[in-house]
Amino acid sequence: MNSTRTFSRNTILDSVRANQPATQPMPTIPHFHTNKPADPMATFSESIARMAGVVVTQDVPNLDSFLRAKFPDAKVICSAIPEYGGTIKPESLNHWSEASRIDVCILRSPMGVAETGSILLSDIELQVNTIAFLAHDLVILLDPKQIVSNIHDAYENPYFKLRPYSLLMTGPSGSGDIGGIVVHPAQAAKTLTVLLSPAPDAGQRTG
Amino acid sequence: MSSPVDQAKNAEKFLADTVHEERLDKLLWTMRMRRDAAARQVPEWEELRTLASEIKEHTLSNLSQYLIQFEARATANGMIVHWARDAHEHNQIVYEILAEQGIDALVKSKSMLTEECELRPFLERRDIRVTETDLGERIQQLDDQPPGHIVGPSIHKTTKDVAVLFSQKYGSDPNNEDAAYLAGVMRENTRPDILKARAGMTGANFVVAETGAIVVATNEGNADLSAHTPPLHICSVGIEKIIPTTESLAVFVRLLTRSATGDAITQYTSTFRGPRKGATMHVILVDNGRSTRLGMKRFWHSLKCIRCAACMNTCPVYRRSGGLSYGSTYMGPIGIIMMPTFELRKYSELPFASTLNGSCTNVCPVKIDIHEQIYAWREVMEENGQIQVVKKDAMRVAGKVLSHPALYQIATATLSTALEVLPHFAIYNRLNAWGKHRDIPEPARETFHEWYRNRRRKTDEVTRL
Amino acid sequence: MQVALMVPCYIDMFYPRVGMATLELLERLGVDVVYPKEQTCCGQPMANSGCYEEARATEEHCARVFGPFDCVVTPSGSCTHHIRNKFTAGADSAEKQNLVRNTYDLVEFLHDVLKIREFPWATFEHKVALHTSCSAIRGLNMASMSERVHDPVFSKPRALLSGVSGIEFVEFERVDECCGFGGTFAATEEAVSARMGYDKLAFMQKASPDCIVSSDMSCLMHLQGCAHRQKQDIPFYHLAEILNGVSL
Repeated sequence: MNSTRTFSRNTILDSVRANQPATQPMPTIPHFHTNKPADPMATFSESIARMAGVVVTQDVPNLDSFLRAKFPDAKVICSAIPEYGGTIKPESLNHWSEASRIDVCILRSPMGVAETGSILLSDIELQVNTIAFLAHDLVILLDPKQIVSNIHDAYENPYFKLRPYSLLMTGPSGSGDIGGIVVHPAQAAKTLTVLLSPAPDAGQRTG
Repeated sequence: MSSPVDQAKNAEKFLADTVHEERLDKLLWTMRMRRDAAARQVPEWEELRTLASEIKEHTLSNLSQYLIQFEARATANGMIVHWARDAHEHNQIVYEILAEQGIDALVKSKSMLTEECELRPFLERRDIRVTETDLGERIQQLDDQPPGHIVGPSIHKTTKDVAVLFSQKYGSDPNNEDAAYLAGVMRENTRPDILKARAGMTGANFVVAETGAIVVATNEGNADLSAHTPPLHICSVGIEKIIPTTESLAVFVRLLTRSATGDAITQYTSTFRGPRKGATMHVILVDNGRSTRLGMKRFWHSLKCIRCAACMNTCPVYRRSGGLSYGSTYMGPIGIIMMPTFELRKYSELPFASTLNGSCTNVCPVKIDIHEQIYAWREVMEENGQIQVVKKDAMRVAGKVLSHPALYQIATATLSTALEVLPHFAIYNRLNAWGKHRDIPEPARETFHEWYRNRRRKTDEVTRL
Repeated sequence: MQVALMVPCYIDMFYPRVGMATLELLERLGVDVVYPKEQTCCGQPMANSGCYEEARATEEHCARVFGPFDCVVTPSGSCTHHIRNKFTAGADSAEKQNLVRNTYDLVEFLHDVLKIREFPWATFEHKVALHTSCSAIRGLNMASMSERVHDPVFSKPRALLSGVSGIEFVEFERVDECCGFGGTFAATEEAVSARMGYDKLAFMQKASPDCIVSSDMSCLMHLQGCAHRQKQDIPFYHLAEILNGVSL
């Protein structure tokens, strides 16, 4: 078995080496900072709205009241943030598929992207990765100061080099596969709501 | 050895169904307009295309080095890396990974590579049940039809088609054509499979060598569902999907979805650098002819493809033929230049399913010279004796007449034979082809060269003296 | 200034009036026009079918006939595109290199070489649906293409026609979508070709033009065939005819 795999590997690499064209240089990639949005938060809100995401700009003094008012039928409220208890915490899930019984989960994202309206989540914030796509509804706390301009900036975030799972999520799940009509939601999160809220500590967590 | 796919005949059948054809044409033209609108929002769009093209050319010309780098980093991250020389080996590897654990059911997200390898029938023959989790792929799976488009596999079906199909397979309401309702039906029926699955499979849009990562972009989040809910994740990816760095990834992420659907990004754009806690992750690097294609001087640029389908959306021939008319895994303009590398004879007609208008080349985010490669494939087909005998004979006659002025002038003097000489009409030596839906132009009473000879030359001779 | 006039084979046979209009127009503009009588074809039909061997003799003949001239003008974007960008079937020669370098589509010649913008002898008080071929747009850069959204919008054929008094252009959808001719495609993929032609006509007709004009007769040949089959009466003109002063 092993020798077949090594043989396959070597056969492929030999074939690639024999066939690859003369080397061409890697270009320098600019970050296009001249096209930075004047108001990242406004651009972020417009971008995420295009993807059926919702941004709440007003102050939310009481998270619990907010969640119960917005999701009156929710029974299982999972909190992945220290300042709020919810009805369960991610660590209480015994199996990764159990995230499907979560009605709404509240999380904090360390970064938003103005260009696309995306928010970053990794295994650190999610603790149980499946929450991002098995929980029914997601509420994301985001510090407006942590909204970067564009995707180039976004991919500079150390998470992409360090975390086993990092997700740029942009609105709730959707699909245009039926007759070309875009529907939200499709199979994963049904709604995505972003609450603008300053981060509890100044330093960014990098893992 | 299979006979060539008769794309023209298949297209004709598709066109006869005016409901589906008009709808598909309109829908995909709208996608092309959405792509244009998205590109307008990005002032540096053309610069991004050039960067993407150059990054791919650099990577492909150094592919062996990047493959080795990826393998080392991915392994260090905890992934198990496999290498498959061809489709069969790929399928065998998948099967062995599953069989080792006694797994008999698999959920998977969309992967054109697995379509290319015909993985599903391979596994099903070995009693492994496969559930497609991409809505479009699932629709096609239920209908026992291959995907008709690489981004929207069921895009050719109307909501009514889907309602009828779901009512047959899922017992839902055949008269409820609401897309949200139907998406909900699919979700309800697929979720149980996802939740109890012991193995999930995905493809990858990009493979990042520097960080040992795979990147998957979906609107539905079904790749994440398939990858992380079960404790075993298998990712299959073609060796050409490698890019060097996370920094270069940004360029492609900005181009991909805008080119495909006009959105700035997909809802779930995920980077997997290793298995989740308590799980195993396998990556299968697949060659299946790609390394050979890398050595084709005229055609290796087709390996830059990032599977956005912008070329299909803009192609006036694709929109009127339907994706299934090509009889191939990859269709439309990119399919025309890729498929002959898999099977020359079977796809020998595809390069002629094009007007060489060049729109595809100009929407391609990685600047593949698609229409020029289509043109080049025609000569390859001719050199390999793949052109229909009748066409070849007509060309030979045309070539003879058109290279000899005396022959040409005699032939065109007899106006009815003029029609036979002109290759545009004479492909089958029949006039029916042109004349089926169009009137044939009237031969002029006097050709230009006759007119010139009779009336003009006298005057010219006088004035020149 | 002397130019050699290349009259494409299909114009020679079916639309000699386009050749005549081109000749007259150039002479009106003071150009000394020579018509090499040994000319036949540029080789495009065979080459586009992948039949390079069959194209070779024709292309070499074309190079021999036109090579000696400093300037070759043809009222055909597709032939110009073939010669300038795809003339590879024949053997290399000084004549071939000359031909490749010196061939102009009529529009290019008028717009870029003679730099003419006015045609005082011509009046055309009608609404025109202007069609520009894919060869002209994407092969010869004679007009901007919709795919490249940041490029400045321009059209050389339109700039020329704007110099004809009374002319009015109608705007229609999918302005640079291919008409469906595609050379041999018209016969090998007849159904799709015709459908594309019908669709293009429908988009144009929605804008109520009085006529359809193009600098490529091959597209018009196809569209005219489609129009006649659908019993549509609309006239078709080559740009040369309008600039030369044709009346409807």
